Amino acid sequence: MELLLDIVSWILLISGSFFTLTGALGLLRFPDFFTRTHASSITDTLGAGLILTGLMLQAGWGIVLAKLLLILLFSLLASTTACHAMAKAALRSGLKPHTVNDNDNSNSEEETSSKP
Amino acid sequence: MYIIPAVILLIVMGIALCRAFMGPTLYDRILAVNTFGTKTVLFIAVIDFLSGRPAFLDIAIVYALINFISVIGILRFFEYSSKTALEEEN
Amino acid sequence: MKHALALSVLLSAFWLINSGHYTSLLLFFMVVSVLFVAVLCHRMDVVDGESQPLALTFTIPMYWLWLIKEVTVANIAVARCVWKGADSISPSVIKVKANQKTDLGIVIYANSITLTPGTVSIDLEDNEITVHALTRETAEDLLTGEMDRRVCKVEA
Repeated sequence: MELLLDIVSWILLISGSFFTLTGALGLLRFPDFFTRTHASSITDTLGAGLILTGLMLQAGWGIVLAKLLLILLFSLLASTTACHAMAKAALRSGLKPHTVNDNDNSNSEEETSSKP
Repeated sequence: MYIIPAVILLIVMGIALCRAFMGPTLYDRILAVNTFGTKTVLFIAVIDFLSGRPAFLDIAIVYALINFISVIGILRFFEYSSKTALEEEN
Repeated sequence: MKHALALSVLLSAFWLINSGHYTSLLLFFMVVSVLFVAVLCHRMDVVDGESQPLALTFTIPMYWLWLIKEVTVANIAVARCVWKGADSISPSVIKVKANQKTDLGIVIYANSITLTPGTVSIDLEDNEITVHALTRETAEDLLTGEMDRRVCKVEA
């Protein structure tokens, strides 16, 4: 039982690390701000979730488990709010999203395919 | 077994810092700093298990709160100060 | 009154999780501080159905489970895009309609959109959410309106 728990927690930690690294790589590779927010959101949802779940399995029943759960809950809530606030502030300040130039449903007049 | 996540989180924090220094616009930098902060929280939690000292988790919670509030605060500041911030960066 | 009670219970639970010391003196301090905060919130007039959505307590766990599944699927799709490189993405800006009746429902919907990687809600005007989607698939997933329906069901 102990061994099984260790193995599962190990797998969760490694896959969480992998997703976090993927998100960070996306932060470097994606072309503009709005696409980078998606990469950041990977590290905040699945990356943090898997790593914290892996730690929770090692914590056992007790106060440490409750605190880890609190961190997970709070980081999910805070990251969505921060992400939305950043995107909104960027749009308001005049940063244009880089979009593909086909007939998507964006009926806004600033449908530019490339930034000036 | 906690050493691999700890090292990867350090690498990720390094990448986020790279983006914070490179980032063409102001918002890229704020995004990178936010990512850096949330990864710091995870890093503290992992370090806590690495060293076996559960007191660190409180620091992680407080850090998560401060990180969130600071990002919102910075955004409020730049949203209402002026639009020149973005133009300067470009 | 009901909401103030719920707030007190929530605050006490938060205190108990964070403390770890359960002597009678400290528990007395807990009661005092919780009452103080509850009275303060009452005076500030922020104790209402939006701060403690009691009505959602029993309907929202099923939605969370569905959301976790959805977030995982979306994560894998976006991770694939990251490894394939910038050529595989096709960012677009779409507008979706939120059919929820209350503000809380709309906020839950917009936050769920942001939480799912691949879609970020940028702006919210009346009942229309402007969404930035990373690829065409994620945009189409959102336009099917499944999430909208499920949030409506949670709210009801």
